[in-house]
Amino acid sequence: MSNKPATLFDKVWDSHVVRKIEDGPDVFFIDRHFIHEVTSPVAFLGMENRGLKVMFPEKTFATADHNTPTINQHLPVQDPLSANQLKALETNSNKYGISHWGLGNPKNGIVHVVGPENGITLPGMTIVCGDSHTSTHGAFGAIAFGIGTSEVEMVLSSQCIMQPKPKKMRINVNGQLGKGITPKDVTLYIISKLTAAGATGYFVEYAGDVFENMSMEGRMTVCNMSIEMGARGGIIAPDETTFNYIKGREKAPKGEAWDKALAYWKTLRTEEGAAFDQEYTYDAADIEPMITYGTNPGMGMGITKHIPAALAGDSKTSYEKSLQYMGFHEEEAMIGKKVDYVFIGSCTNGRIEDFRAFASIVKGRKKAEHVTAWIVPGSHIVEQQIKEEGILDILTEAGFQLRQPGCSACLAMNDDKVPAGKYAVSTSNRNFEGRQGPGSRTMLASPLVAAAAAVTGVVTDPRELIA
Amino acid sequence: MAYDKFTILKSTAVPMPIENVDTDQIIPARFLKATERKGFGDNLFRDWRYETDGTPKKDFVLNNPIYSGKILVAGKNFGSGSSREHAAWAIYDYGFRCVVSSFFADIFKNNSLNIGILPVQVSPEFLDKIFTAIESDPKAEVEVNLETQTITIPATGDSESFAINSYKKHNMMNGFDDIDYLQAMKDEIKVFADKSMY
Repeated sequence: MSNKPATLFDKVWDSHVVRKIEDGPDVFFIDRHFIHEVTSPVAFLGMENRGLKVMFPEKTFATADHNTPTINQHLPVQDPLSANQLKALETNSNKYGISHWGLGNPKNGIVHVVGPENGITLPGMTIVCGDSHTSTHGAFGAIAFGIGTSEVEMVLSSQCIMQPKPKKMRINVNGQLGKGITPKDVTLYIISKLTAAGATGYFVEYAGDVFENMSMEGRMTVCNMSIEMGARGGIIAPDETTFNYIKGREKAPKGEAWDKALAYWKTLRTEEGAAFDQEYTYDAADIEPMITYGTNPGMGMGITKHIPAALAGDSKTSYEKSLQYMGFHEEEAMIGKKVDYVFIGSCTNGRIEDFRAFASIVKGRKKAEHVTAWIVPGSHIVEQQIKEEGILDILTEAGFQLRQPGCSACLAMNDDKVPAGKYAVSTSNRNFEGRQGPGSRTMLASPLVAAAAAVTGVVTDPRELIA
Repeated sequence: MAYDKFTILKSTAVPMPIENVDTDQIIPARFLKATERKGFGDNLFRDWRYETDGTPKKDFVLNNPIYSGKILVAGKNFGSGSSREHAAWAIYDYGFRCVVSSFFADIFKNNSLNIGILPVQVSPEFLDKIFTAIESDPKAEVEVNLETQTITIPATGDSESFAINSYKKHNMMNGFDDIDYLQAMKDEIKVFADKSMY
């Protein structure tokens, strides 16, 4: 090891390399592995075909989320294919002694919500899951990223994957965020600057006042969206906010183990003078509430702006195809556009803080009559908080219904599908063609923008509704 | 799951000059419900390829009989989005063994290499040359030589080299995968795990 100043990312990565392969990937050790029903069955099957077993079942955690209904979870799942996948997750977990939080379990919820809220996700860990939004866990100072099913099989059978070390990028956002500007706006702003592929090949460290002053929920939202600019993941140095969040959670270390862990976690910072391959710095004052107008998350802009004439870097054909799909035109304003559906939830914005924000605007107002709203907590624990904090009463009073936890309309694998041609303001992470149902048109935004759209029925600047 | 060895692939190619083709287009989420790896090719590019009633969309390239082959040539940032390996399975199952683009999303690239599809990253200029060659003759072939790490358009003589690390190259040429490698070093992993604080 050299004495060069190290980044947080280097510290965690280098301490998990079991073997370095000359002109090849690193054999990379995984501390925590999350699995869900969609990307794990073929991995278990592959393992069995080779006659392999799960090497460390206690390091893998299963939860059902992608394919689950968000109403009537006490009834049998109607879709036989979905039911089959959920059954496979349960059977495989039981067979190998893996912790399983299936449908109906009080700990059940979206994998990237339940990991942190139960203290499974800790600083300095390496965490993978067959889901690209695994980057969420980087909010804790962990290296966390999504993997494919072949890699799920590798982790199950050897607790390692083969990974070339990504390049390093640091994104600094300094200053103070304005009224009504949320972590979702910060990340959509960054992605709009860097484009949907601007961080491909990199692992991003987020630094600066804005992230230091952000809650853990907010940091998770930002790290979650890292993949939307192509990055493998995002990471934020753990600090008192992190430690306070973790302390006392069910699976967090306790007593002497806590003290020992804490001492280590405090070393997880990028040293002065450490080198990054790429660095960007933005001013918090430049960030407005954001909304996307196209079919990738890089196609976002301040909500009061007009749709740009063309996007730097993409060809005219691809850009026009995208606007055509959305039914939008160059130079148009987004404010005032009709909204048919509103979705709040997902691993991006399905945590308690998001529902508090949503309720802050909805309170004392009514849902616009023509809007269908899906309010989907990220987990049963979040659902419980919504009830305990009186948010459910505010929602009910305003004409909204609370659904049950799951990935829901973020990827529309269950019945929560936006119909063809309809417009949705969604707090989720992807506005790809058909992402929320075949032909659906998605505008990504924060919980505040979603709430403003839900009560006015059109794209609205939430700052106008904030007292 | 072992896959076919990859050495030299000479084939006609299917052009898809669209940028940012994400994995939701390659295979929409509603087709991810299988618990076995089979049949995904039928739903490759499902919503671009078929109307909602299942009739093929005439203007989509996979439905145009003049184009065929084992090589898919696509615009930059191919495979962005979800980590679903189903996207790579669908491409493989349909019959492609190589995807050429000027830029790939990371997870898609890893997934492809893990199941025996070779992602070949070329310069934007070379990508244009391939599109032009196919446009002027849909039967124009493209030759990908993994041993020499070169991609050639025989009709024009244009050629470019591409990068791949020697570990993955060796695997692809021999049909080996990472699981074989990892199984062979389990004792070393065990020793490492014993020292881990988590």
